[in-house]
Amino acid sequence: MPKITFEDLEKIRDQAQRAMAVREGGAYRAKVNVHMGTCGIAAGARMVMTALMKEIKTRDLHDVLLTSSGCAGLCSQEPMITVEIAGRAPVKYVNLSEAKVLEIFEKHIQGGSIVEDYALGIGSERTDT
Amino acid sequence: MDEKATPKSYRLHLMVCAGTGCVSNHAFEIKTALETEIRKHGLEEEVSVVPTGCNGFCERGPILVVQPGNIFYQQLAVKDVPHLVEEHFLKGRPVPKLMYSPPEAKTPVPVLTDIPFFKKQVLIALRNRGLIDPEKIDEAIARDGYKALAKALAEMTPEKIISEITLSGLRGRGGAGFPTGLKWQLVRNAGSSNGGQKYIVCNGDEGDPGAFMDRSILESDPHSVIEGMIIGAKAIGATAGFIYVRNEYPLAVERLGLALRQAREYSLLGRDILGTGFDFDIQIKRGAGAFVCGEETSLLASIEGRLGEPRPRPPYPAQSGLWGKPTCINNVETWANVAPIISRGAKWYAGIGTPTSKGTKVFSLVGKINNTGLVEVPMGITLREIIYEIGGGIPGGKAFKAVQTGGPSGGCIPGDKIDLPIDYESLSAAGSMMGSGGMVIMDEDTCMVDIARYFLEFTHDESCGKCTPCREGTKAMLDILTRITEGKGCPEDLVLLEDLAQAIKDTALCGLGKTAPNPVLTTLRYFREEYETHIRQKKCPARVCRPLNVYTIDPRLCLDKGRGCDVCRRNCASDAITGRKNEAHAIIQSKCIKCGVCFDVCAFAAVKVD
Repeated sequence: MPKITFEDLEKIRDQAQRAMAVREGGAYRAKVNVHMGTCGIAAGARMVMTALMKEIKTRDLHDVLLTSSGCAGLCSQEPMITVEIAGRAPVKYVNLSEAKVLEIFEKHIQGGSIVEDYALGIGSERTDT
Repeated sequence: MDEKATPKSYRLHLMVCAGTGCVSNHAFEIKTALETEIRKHGLEEEVSVVPTGCNGFCERGPILVVQPGNIFYQQLAVKDVPHLVEEHFLKGRPVPKLMYSPPEAKTPVPVLTDIPFFKKQVLIALRNRGLIDPEKIDEAIARDGYKALAKALAEMTPEKIISEITLSGLRGRGGAGFPTGLKWQLVRNAGSSNGGQKYIVCNGDEGDPGAFMDRSILESDPHSVIEGMIIGAKAIGATAGFIYVRNEYPLAVERLGLALRQAREYSLLGRDILGTGFDFDIQIKRGAGAFVCGEETSLLASIEGRLGEPRPRPPYPAQSGLWGKPTCINNVETWANVAPIISRGAKWYAGIGTPTSKGTKVFSLVGKINNTGLVEVPMGITLREIIYEIGGGIPGGKAFKAVQTGGPSGGCIPGDKIDLPIDYESLSAAGSMMGSGGMVIMDEDTCMVDIARYFLEFTHDESCGKCTPCREGTKAMLDILTRITEGKGCPEDLVLLEDLAQAIKDTALCGLGKTAPNPVLTTLRYFREEYETHIRQKKCPARVCRPLNVYTIDPRLCLDKGRGCDVCRRNCASDAITGRKNEAHAIIQSKCIKCGVCFDVCAFAAVKVD
């Protein structure tokens, strides 16, 4: 390998940082939570998760956090995701298909506007803690 | 450089601790099981398994930290893995029963930074522990690795580098606490008129019983040490460096070797570093595990291929070191502190710690302590904070009796000094020393005479034999201590011990001998009455020195509770116990060899020791 320069070092740092950014957990622009309870998986949550992973990869995004969580309690409307743009209230989407997920990705995650047709509601459930 | 494919992105990173502690607890088997289960669920494109260096909380290994989220799983077994992968990594439901729960908490505490063990720690030397794969240079670079080197080479003169280190107040982390900047200046000045050969050396010959700070740094972040050494080389004008590391640290040797190769591939080592015309390379020298080789002149002799024995100083290595050339030798932890100081500035570093002891110090916390492990804390923190907050206190709610700092060369600090702030000066004033950072915690069941004897046996055994005071003096002291623990001590012994200790301190050739009497002197200073009880009453208050113990059997307990179970008689090696099943047993004192087996095996506490 030819010698690296100061600029190359920074380039390596930048690339490696992108790959590792998710470990730091701190600053993200959007968080997408796929509800992966048994009900969700049975209704196709894996397909939703795979589609989201693919989108993040092809768009080379490093500020979108992808998490999974359990059943949201509305098993009849799975698969579901919750999209949270940093600093804004989370939005739950229901009865998803791959095409709907891609639309949500484009309009909400990237564009910042809620896709009302698929949205169940805004905000979190009340808990007594 | 080659345009590499963009590194893969994953939604979850499973940081598996692959430090020596966790590896011996089957961390690699856990890693394999994780990978297998992840493949089984088709998650291999989403979830990445990353082996890291020592996480520090060795007591709880094997350890897995899940990122993002900082979720801390502990004491994992291979059988836990399928459930964990399905529940957490597939379905997103973290598994509380595999998490760590501090003793006082009612529910598991999943988040790492909420755990008291981690809360008070400040990581500088260990800045990358658990966050990077130590076998991938790119991950070190992502965490600002070699950024300080680029700054030092591009923007700083050697004088500026040295003045930054001097202003930071960094002192040698190997034990003696010599100001690092001053040492660098001395080597830079030495023979600078003729521009001759100079060397950089990293002392990784960690030998104190119970100490694993250097081992852990080399295993979890070898690039931090390498970067520090290159910056040091630029500052003093060296072109060659050596890392002296114990061969019984196989993982450290392996990861260091890999790190050196990767740094060379990026031309961060070798000729014309980063195209600046600066040449420097590093070799590993493996030591055979002699304690005396941690002493700098012995270490240098060993690198040269000679017998690892010390020589008188002066001349100091700064004037005449390796092959007679000016040599800058610093400890692993000292080197690991260099890059952050250069990156963030002397002022930042000097803002941490106390007026005379700046920055942080890494300690290995071992002995009678709940949270055995590796911690990095700001200088000036008190023993109480380390033992009770970070360390989680003494197992079984027992009383804290003393702590040995500085290994066999250090001393015992008694329990009533628990609010002592940890810095070079206060530890010296208490009769101990900072040392390299081993901290052995002792509880009420520890006999201080026995502890002093243990450490002296170690230094006597490791004495190279070159100078008489150390070779013969430690032997004479060890004989006296052994006599005392066997009930054969006499009152004059204590005076003799003190005289011998002073003579050895004054006349031994190197640091090993000069400091060997410290454990005896400090225990005599703080626990003299324990020595006197051994000598005058022939008793060991902690009941550790078995020759002084008298074992008896309480006939009532033996019969009423144990129904003469006969287990003690069957286990007695010297036929000293009489009695049959369903009868009360008794010990014939003349036959008892005081091995204590009857005490250990009695399930009814009928065997008494006095």
